[in-house]
Amino acid sequence: MNQFQYVRPTQQRTAITAVAKDPNATFIAGGTNLVDLMKRGVMTPQKLVDINRLPLTKIEHQKNSLRIGALALNATVANHQLVRERHPLLAQALNAGASAQLRNMATVGGNLLQRTRCPYFYDVTLPCNKRQPGSGCGALEGINRMHAIFGFSDKCIAVHPSDMSVALAALDATVLVSGPKGDRSIAFADLHRLPGDAPEKDTTLEPGELITAVEVPDGHFTRYVSYYKVRERASYAFALVSVAAALDLDGDNIVAARLAMGGVAHKPWRLAAAEQHLIGKPATEASFRQAADVAMQGAKAFKHNEYKLKLAPNTIVQALKTAAAA
Amino acid sequence: MATNPETDLPPTNHDEARRSFLRQSSLLTALALVPGPVVHAASAELDETVAAAFEKMPLKLEINGKKYKFSVEPRTTLLDLLREQLHLTGTKKGCDYGQCGACTVHVDGQRVNSCLSFAVMHEGKKITTIEGLADGDKLHPMQEAFVKHDGFQCGYCTPGQIMSAVACVREGHADSEAEIREYMSGNICRCGAYANIVAAIQEVKQGGQKV
Ligand SMILES: Cc1cc2nc3c(=O)[nH]c(=O)nc-3n(C[C@H](O)[C@H](O)[C@H](O)COP(=O)(O)OP(=O)(O)OC[C@H]3O[C@@H](n4cnc5c(N)ncnc54)[C@H](O)[C@@H]3O)c2cc1C
Ligand code: FES
Ligand code: FES
Repeated sequence: MNQFQYVRPTQQRTAITAVAKDPNATFIAGGTNLVDLMKRGVMTPQKLVDINRLPLTKIEHQKNSLRIGALALNATVANHQLVRERHPLLAQALNAGASAQLRNMATVGGNLLQRTRCPYFYDVTLPCNKRQPGSGCGALEGINRMHAIFGFSDKCIAVHPSDMSVALAALDATVLVSGPKGDRSIAFADLHRLPGDAPEKDTTLEPGELITAVEVPDGHFTRYVSYYKVRERASYAFALVSVAAALDLDGDNIVAARLAMGGVAHKPWRLAAAEQHLIGKPATEASFRQAADVAMQGAKAFKHNEYKLKLAPNTIVQALKTAAAA
Repeated sequence: MATNPETDLPPTNHDEARRSFLRQSSLLTALALVPGPVVHAASAELDETVAAAFEKMPLKLEINGKKYKFSVEPRTTLLDLLREQLHLTGTKKGCDYGQCGACTVHVDGQRVNSCLSFAVMHEGKKITTIEGLADGDKLHPMQEAFVKHDGFQCGYCTPGQIMSAVACVREGHADSEAEIREYMSGNICRCGAYANIVAAIQEVKQGGQKV
């Protein structure tokens, strides 16, 4: 691993300035993604700004939303009373990710900003436009089992690996950031980008911008929810496809629905048309199947991930059935 | 359980000699792999940036109840600090990338993967490794249970499994077989001793001993 300078500021301003003024500096939180990537030479920061001394761990309800500090640990959030009561979908998604040990280290901010697990991104001897712009996308014509079926470009077909982000997309969360130019809030759907011509940019954050918290608005999705994750073993594996489903039911009638998919695109893939389709329908398998068909419009597979064209709609149906029966 | 006479004995001089030979030889190999001009340049032209990067940092940790002061490079992982500097080799390096759990230790009582964490990030914290679990000669109840239930074959994953298992019970995630399997999924066993590991954890949980 390359050598680097290490600083541990206690003031948010100092941390932000340190990263904003030095293009080779980066924040480190739990380290579970960054240390891995540094060991492999995928990321080679010259300076690490450890943010763990900043007071950003609080989880509290204020006004009409639950505010979760960026340094709250994934395990703490998943087990928190307020999260389990108000946003069980989020708790389920967190518990479906990584392992108990990793969730004890991983933070909310780091989870949102974790990089893709595309093997071409991970192997520095292979081409990857995300890691090395202009080197080509190895996955396009290569091994692309894990890759996108929505929203990709000819520059990059990688998927975003975070489970928590899929739930936060479904729950219409807001991301609070603080940067060299001040504070702003970003609608969750606008945090992650599609690859387009610049796959090296995962998000819309500016250099030096620090995520300080995530806000999840209050809602009616406290009971009929399901985070349904399909992976190659029962636990401790990334999603092939995952679905965050939430229903607001009046008897058997669907009043409102939220749906987002993971493992299918460069960002959490919100299924707005399918949600619309479900409103006013009975909560039956037939309705769910129709919604899945709507959701899959425009999907396109590559050589090795054609299975996702079947797996994804089936997972949507399964997630909705599980949510309705909760 | 089959006992292995070699590993049941305290380390002999022979073992110590072998370990230090391995340490030295891996250092020599590492140096041999660096092209001569690079080594030369690094020592001859230590400019400010390089010097700053090479700088070691002071670090205070409490490990298995004892206080230590170190001087470490920031890139040293907690796992490498434990194994290479303190020779606490009970904590294993399986994958070095967070994928196996062999390196599991407790930091301030919480289980973590020590391979994915820089030691300097734990300034002032309390670390417990497998070496710190027993009470003198008296094994920890989880260690006893692993022995009783044959919770291992080759034993390589075992320190990580035991550290994780203790945390699993303390966290309250050992109420059923399914729950144990889910919350122990961060510890891979290539020998497939899972059924016996689960049995060991269930016994400790049901025995209600303090863990
Ligand atoms: C074996 C393994 C299996 C895994 N399985 C899953 C899984 O199934 N599902 C899943 O969702 N995840 C999984 N993960 C990924 C894990 O969830 C992430 O590594 C973790 O959430 C990252 O959080 P962190 O705090 O450790 O981030 P770090 O590694 O510290 O940081 C990650 C990135 O975010 C930046 N960053 C961190 N915090 C902030 C902030 N507040 N503001 C701005 N930038 C910031 C850092 O600069 C860095 O670039 C797995 C990881 C491993 C190693
Ligand atoms: S060595 Fe740390 S998880 Fe494998
Ligand atoms: S006992 Fe051999 S790896 Fe688990």
